[in-house]
Amino acid sequence: MVEWTEQERSIITSIFSNLDYDDVGPKALVRCLIVYPWTQRYFASFGNLYNADAIKTNPNIQAHGTRVLHGLDRAVKNMDNIKGTYAELSVLHSEKLHVDPDNFKLLADCLTIVIAAKMGSGFTPEMQATFQKFLAVVVSALGRQYH
Amino acid sequence: MSLSAKDKKTVKTFWAKVSSNGEAIGADALSRMLVVYPQTKTYFSHWKDLSPGSAPVVKHGATVMAGVADAVAKIDDLTSGLLSLSELHAFTLRVDPSNFKILSHNILVVLAIMFPTDFTPEVHVAMDKFLAAVARALSEKYR
Repeated sequence: MVEWTEQERSIITSIFSNLDYDDVGPKALVRCLIVYPWTQRYFASFGNLYNADAIKTNPNIQAHGTRVLHGLDRAVKNMDNIKGTYAELSVLHSEKLHVDPDNFKLLADCLTIVIAAKMGSGFTPEMQATFQKFLAVVVSALGRQYH
Repeated sequence: MSLSAKDKKTVKTFWAKVSSNGEAIGADALSRMLVVYPQTKTYFSHWKDLSPGSAPVVKHGATVMAGVADAVAKIDDLTSGLLSLSELHAFTLRVDPSNFKILSHNILVVLAIMFPTDFTPEVHVAMDKFLAAVARALSEKYR
């Protein structure tokens, strides 16, 4: 069982309540596809990902980035059972999408960078530690049902 | 995943913009590393104060970033350029190389915080590749 202090819970809810999911989600996914280009392998059907500008303006990527952030929202609202909350999503990523779970960490790192850029110095070391702990739990839950 | 000519140009251009903040970048990156990855504190048991912004952390952050600045200048041959630093890390400091990735991540976070508009995805990938190349050069002499 993952233990969360009151401070950690309030940090996570505060970070997410100040986010524009339609902005941050796409930005994180775009960054991931540019910084770790091999992740583009999962988006072959999304159209033109030929260069950074194409990725940044691709509407399918925009939509998917938003979807991913809303998926994260479910973890924010169920911090005491992220593993259970994501059991189905984990099966989906393994059985249907065939995503290498190492990729989850890459996207998590890009999301951290996007949030850091948005929050500036307000993203203190303590907030970074809590946010990365949260993402590590999410990443672990998403990989849990792989076999 | 070696550095292309474009990567090197991107790194040099971005570094020229941010290098005057080198000490602040180093101090913040090191502070964050010690808080977010507490296992890294094991290398600094000889310091009195490991809290963010403390004197030894600030001083060491500056030392580390001076090394990064040196690496930018020697970007065309990191392996020979960073030879003595590699020997230092291999034989004296013996920092587990997995920690290079950790510190690199925190440097990138600080760059995003301090330069949100300049730290575009394109700059991010070049800097990530550069820091990984520096880490490889530092690991050269390990075994």
